[in-house]
Formats: sequence, C-alpha cells, structure tokens
Amino acid sequence: MKRILFAATCLVLIAGFFLGASYYKTWRAAELGFMAQEHASTFVRPHSPTLGSDDAKVYIVKFTDPACETCASFSPFVKQAMDASPGQIKFVIRYAPFHEGADEVVRILEAAKRQGKFWETLELLYRRQATWTRHHRVLLGEVWPLLPEVGLDVERVKVDMRDPRIAAVLEQDLADAEALGVRKTPGFFVNGKPLEPFGPRPLAELIKAEIREQYPE
Amino acid sequence: MSELPDGDVHTSSIWGLDPDWTLLFFGWLIASASTLGSLFFSYVMEFAPCVLCWYQRICLFPLVIILARGLFPLDRHVVKYALPLTAAGWLLAAYHCLLYAKWVPASMQPCGKGVSCTEEYLELFGFLSIPFLSLISFTALMSILIALKRRSPE
Repeated sequence: MKRILFAATCLVLIAGFFLGASYYKTWRAAELGFMAQEHASTFVRPHSPTLGSDDAKVYIVKFTDPACETCASFSPFVKQAMDASPGQIKFVIRYAPFHEGADEVVRILEAAKRQGKFWETLELLYRRQATWTRHHRVLLGEVWPLLPEVGLDVERVKVDMRDPRIAAVLEQDLADAEALGVRKTPGFFVNGKPLEPFGPRPLAELIKAEIREQYPE
Repeated sequence: MSELPDGDVHTSSIWGLDPDWTLLFFGWLIASASTLGSLFFSYVMEFAPCVLCWYQRICLFPLVIILARGLFPLDRHVVKYALPLTAAGWLLAAYHCLLYAKWVPASMQPCGKGVSCTEEYLELFGFLSIPFLSLISFTALMSILIALKRRSPE
C-alpha cells in the first residue's frame, strides 16, 4: 500500500511537471504570437540593423551578444536559410550584450554602422572572437587592431561610439529583450515565434514552416 | 503502534497508514514538490537562480532522497539527518526574504555579481515571491520534522 502510494505520487509529480512545462510553453508561444501582431515594434525597432528584402514576409529576429560563442556559430545557419529562400527572409539584429564588457563592442558595431560597415564588422568580430574574448570577458584592447581589416576608421569609431543615441539604442534593445523573455543568447524569433527547442535544426525547421505558411505554393 | 486515541483518527484510519509514516510522507511530498517547482522556475520559465537560491537548493534537494529513504521501512531516525538541513535551509530562506523585502540593507548582500538576490521574478497574488515560497516550504518541513521528533518514544 505504502509503496503504491509512494510510486503513484512520484508519477503524479513528474507528470505534473511535464504537463505544466508543456502548458507554460504553449501559453508563452501564444502570448508572443499575440505580441508579434499587436506590438511588432518590440521585435523590430527603426534603429535595428536588417538584412534582406523589404518585401520579405518572414522576419528572423536574433537577439545577439557579439561576445557569445553560440551566436557566432549560428551566424552561418541564418545565411544558409536566406540563400535558400532569396527575397523571402528579412534578418534583424537586436542587441543583448549579457557578457561583461560586451556593451562596448555593441557600441563599436553601432559606430561601424555609421561608416556603412555593420555586417562586415559583425562578421569580423564573430570570426575573430577567440582573440578578443577570454573566459567570457571582453578584452577591448584586442578589438581595435582588428577593425582596420574591414576598412573602418578607428578614430571615428572611438568618437561615434560615445554618442548618447547609441546608448539609447542599447537601452531599448535590452528593455525589449526583457519584455520578450530573452535571458540567453542567441534569442531567435521567427515572425514572433520563439525558437523552441533551441538548436540549429529546430531553427531551420521553424524558418521552413514559416516560409511555407507565408508563401504557399 | 498500539490503539490510537480518538482524536487522532484522521491520519491513520482510512488506508490503515501509520500516522508517523503519513507525516513523513507529507514531508517528502513537500520536499519533492518544492524541488520540482524550483526546477520548473529555472528550466521551464528560465529564471536564472541567484546565489542564495542555490544555497537553499543545497539544503532542499537531498531531502527528497533522505526522507524517501526514511519511509521504507519507516525510520524515525531520519529526523536526525533531515532536521539540520531543513534548519539551515529555513535560515537561508528567512534571510533571503528579509533581503528581498529590503529589511536587511543591500550592502549585506552576499551576491554582488550575476543575478541579484532581490531580482523580482514572480509575485503570485501580489505577495508570494520565490524566496517566500521557499520559506513556506522550509517552515512546513521543519514543523513536520519537529512533530515527528516529539512523537518518537525516546
């Protein structure tokens, strides 16, 4: 009797946990879907760097930290998806610099944007990440010598990155990340749907599903 | 166990369970539910646990196994091992609540980096914060273990 009661309670507790988890995820996805319709600006701000056609109906929003290794390794997957569906995907970068000192690197990116070199700089920073991060900390001194590689005027970057408008961009992105429940990077949303479960294959599947929905053949 | 006095029927008679066993079982149930709850917060709702939360977990998680072990067969000595853990967890939870309610100055906080211990994640019904939930669990566990200790013959 006691053993049966004990075993049954274990089962009920574990089942409750997983049912609760699946219920919470469904509820959260529905809430984010609603936000994507009603508050689209939380996902894409006018200041956000974007790549791809303006007519695209599939928006991939990536909350990224330039110092985050996983963010760097996800970069090619998004490119592959965009190459596979030309003109149908718009890629949006949002900042979530959770690593110590990464906000400075975001400022550099924003300053690089003013020189028309945003994507080149981001790509460079991802590629050479190992040289300017150590133990999840940013070594800002190692970033400067890399920048001329993409033709950036480093002195101008140093001046521009202190612009209070860039601080405002950072603040807005961090506030939106919090509103959308992004606590780890990269945080992906495809047309407002969060990437769940996390991984390159689920991301490819989520993008494919959204393309099928928006571009029925 | 001999015949029980009249006042004590509610825990014993229905399934013929020993009241001490039932008490301990409820203690185990509280520990297990709290453990799963804390895992739910961090892995499903993705709240990052702060340092104090980890210390409370160190006191809580072993209870699931220790109390379960004391159930089969019923061993009242389990109190001896479970009570110190519970007391430590209760103190930590109480301190965390004081910190959270800002009754203890922030400078005394042990966690300067990472997630702040006063980070507000959840306020169920306007007052049930995560540290308070922890305090409730540890209080219930302590009451059960102390009750068991008082009931034991020695």
